[in-house]
Amino acid sequence: MTSAAAESTSETQPAEGHAGPHRDYIGAKLGMWIFVFTELILFGGLFVAYGMYRAMFPQDFHHASGELNVTLGVINTLVLLTSSLTIAMSITAIRLGKKVQAMALLSTTAVFGCVFLVNKFFEWKAKIHHGIFPGSPLLAQRHHGEALFFSLYYGMTGLHGLHVTVGVILMVIMLVFLARNKIRQDDFIKLENTGLYWHLVDVIWIFLLPLFYLAA
Amino acid sequence: MSTAVAPAAVRPAEEPSFYAHKGIASWLLTTDHKRIGILYLCAMITFFLVAMTIGFFMRLEHMTMGPTVMKPTTYNALFTLHGVIMIFLFVIPGLPAVFGNFFLPIMIGAPDVAFPRLNLMSWYLFMSGACIALTSLFTGGGPPDTGWSFYVPYSVTTGTNVTMAVFGAFVLGFSSILTGLNFITTMHRMRAKGMNWMRMPLFPWALYATAWVQVLATPILGITLLLVILERVFHLGIFNPALGGDPILYQHLFWIYSHPAVYIMIIPAMGAISEIIPTFAHRTIFGYKAIVMSSMGIAGVGSLVWAHHMFTSGMSQVAIITFSLLTFLVAIPSAIKIFNWVTTLHHGSIELRAPMLFALGFIFLFSIGGLTGLFQGALAVNVHLHDTYFIVGHFHYVMFGGTGFAFFAALHYWYPKMFGRMYNERTAVVAFVHMFVGFNLFYFTFLVLGLMGMPRRYYDHLPHFHVGHLIATVGSWILIAGLLIMVYNLVRGLFRKVEVPGNPWGGVTLEWTVPSPPPVENFHTLPVITEDPYHFNPVQPVAKETP
Repeated sequence: MTSAAAESTSETQPAEGHAGPHRDYIGAKLGMWIFVFTELILFGGLFVAYGMYRAMFPQDFHHASGELNVTLGVINTLVLLTSSLTIAMSITAIRLGKKVQAMALLSTTAVFGCVFLVNKFFEWKAKIHHGIFPGSPLLAQRHHGEALFFSLYYGMTGLHGLHVTVGVILMVIMLVFLARNKIRQDDFIKLENTGLYWHLVDVIWIFLLPLFYLAA
Repeated sequence: MSTAVAPAAVRPAEEPSFYAHKGIASWLLTTDHKRIGILYLCAMITFFLVAMTIGFFMRLEHMTMGPTVMKPTTYNALFTLHGVIMIFLFVIPGLPAVFGNFFLPIMIGAPDVAFPRLNLMSWYLFMSGACIALTSLFTGGGPPDTGWSFYVPYSVTTGTNVTMAVFGAFVLGFSSILTGLNFITTMHRMRAKGMNWMRMPLFPWALYATAWVQVLATPILGITLLLVILERVFHLGIFNPALGGDPILYQHLFWIYSHPAVYIMIIPAMGAISEIIPTFAHRTIFGYKAIVMSSMGIAGVGSLVWAHHMFTSGMSQVAIITFSLLTFLVAIPSAIKIFNWVTTLHHGSIELRAPMLFALGFIFLFSIGGLTGLFQGALAVNVHLHDTYFIVGHFHYVMFGGTGFAFFAALHYWYPKMFGRMYNERTAVVAFVHMFVGFNLFYFTFLVLGLMGMPRRYYDHLPHFHVGHLIATVGSWILIAGLLIMVYNLVRGLFRKVEVPGNPWGGVTLEWTVPSPPPVENFHTLPVITEDPYHFNPVQPVAKETP
């Protein structure tokens, strides 16, 4: 019993020495993954609402979806996908010890994030200009399902946009850390976790695109 | 639990305790899990006393028929506040935030939690959420009057300050998620050498099961509460039937979190009881693995029973029958625990100290709470009992008789370790007797009133409910008297100069190997675990068993 237990123990136990709770690479990553799960579930509630109302009003969703600008949606998708690539490259760069390159790639990612937000802003602005927003007199005259579609559209892309904004802020903080050598070749978990978060933002968008823009 | 190195023996005798640093900043900026636990404890006892006072006035209102001490609108605000404060600020965070923070790292032989700064941030989020929720009472359109469940459409249409209260609950949820995340990572990464999963004590195990529920269920509450805010501010229409939305969707989303939240409340309570019972029976816990599995089982099955709060909402028959079945299933792991505790007592040499009395009180009251829950899970009975005092009686038996008594049991059990002081045990027993008698007088009457048809959340009552209400009100006075004696005794104990040994109860888990109160560094040398937990030296011959 004891020897078997000792063996199974050695596999599951953290490395010897306890360098301190602040420097546990696997632990930090585990924590971030759990956080990513919670974010997925947060959006999950909205996806459930979307699924339910789409099942209730398939025709209305079809019509309303046709009014969204597919070109803008696809451009934003490309922007986000590319930004996921650049942040992954930034992590690789710092792992290879190339600090300047890592900072350049991370800045590029932040810029892409901003481009996404600017695009989104003009998209929303145009819609609101046309009188399409939750509670608007125009939507009140249309079918319930169409109004719900746009409510979900604003709610879900709005929450997603908030996450993009937080991501960009995180990247600026990471840039400062990189500049001050708090993120280094041998300690890059903060940047890696930022990347993990950014990929999550990306993945959620990949689901939002077909559900809203391509549902017509 | 035996350790290869006995840490208490090798550490310097005069090591200063974790209280040694003075000054308000040393508390507000601390990342020491023990201090954060104490911070939570102070905040929660305060909130508890506030909500208890509110409950006192609600009961007083029902002492006579017609208006007694307040207006109907005040009553609506008070039952909302009582629910919000008790649930979001005391019962849900209760045991994990206070005792989890203080003892989890020590019990698994770790220097701290995995993310100490995040831990402090959780406390600040908790306090911010609490402040936002409490501010909502005095600003905007007045205190929320929706009940703690914020049901739509009323929560969207009422002019009271629901938006702010809901935002406060959202922030509290965030705090809960971060605590859960922290605990899971801590248990995965920082267990002492030799402590494999099946050597982890049961309180950490309960926290582990709880943490997963916190992490997986709370985000649903987050999004639901955000949607209520968006409904109120931007009129999204998702829950508004006039705009094509469905209020039942709100109920589903709300209970997808709020039913598992019941298990966030009770699993750590069961974990604490699983520590106390073997210590005072001086005997290893019966069925260690069964208790572990039942914790995880409750967490798993308990996440799938939410719609039993909605049997009368007009769901499909298939859904109703499915959720009824699942509700009955969740009774199995809960019963397993009860049987294990009782069997642990069997052949034990039981020492009836104050913490043990509270623990036994827990078993009795929780059993009533759990069994009355089954009544409500039965479909036909549910229709009769829905929204009556039976429900109120049931969940007070579970949340107060269960989690509340377990909280107080844990407080009396770990008090000497946390403070290095001792309360007066005779007074503690007096307090317990008052609480136990008052509690049953109060809430058992509620069960009866509910069966007679007294609806919950009503400001007034009909003549034939009057005697019941009078008895319950008197019960509430005895209960509150007990609680006040207890708090007085615990506070006074802090100023009694009594030498407390490191291990006053003869406990065997790791927290009893460190001095009382623990020093800043939990362990001088990190312990190495060589045996299963709850390895008591038998004080009387007992049959050899394999847990």
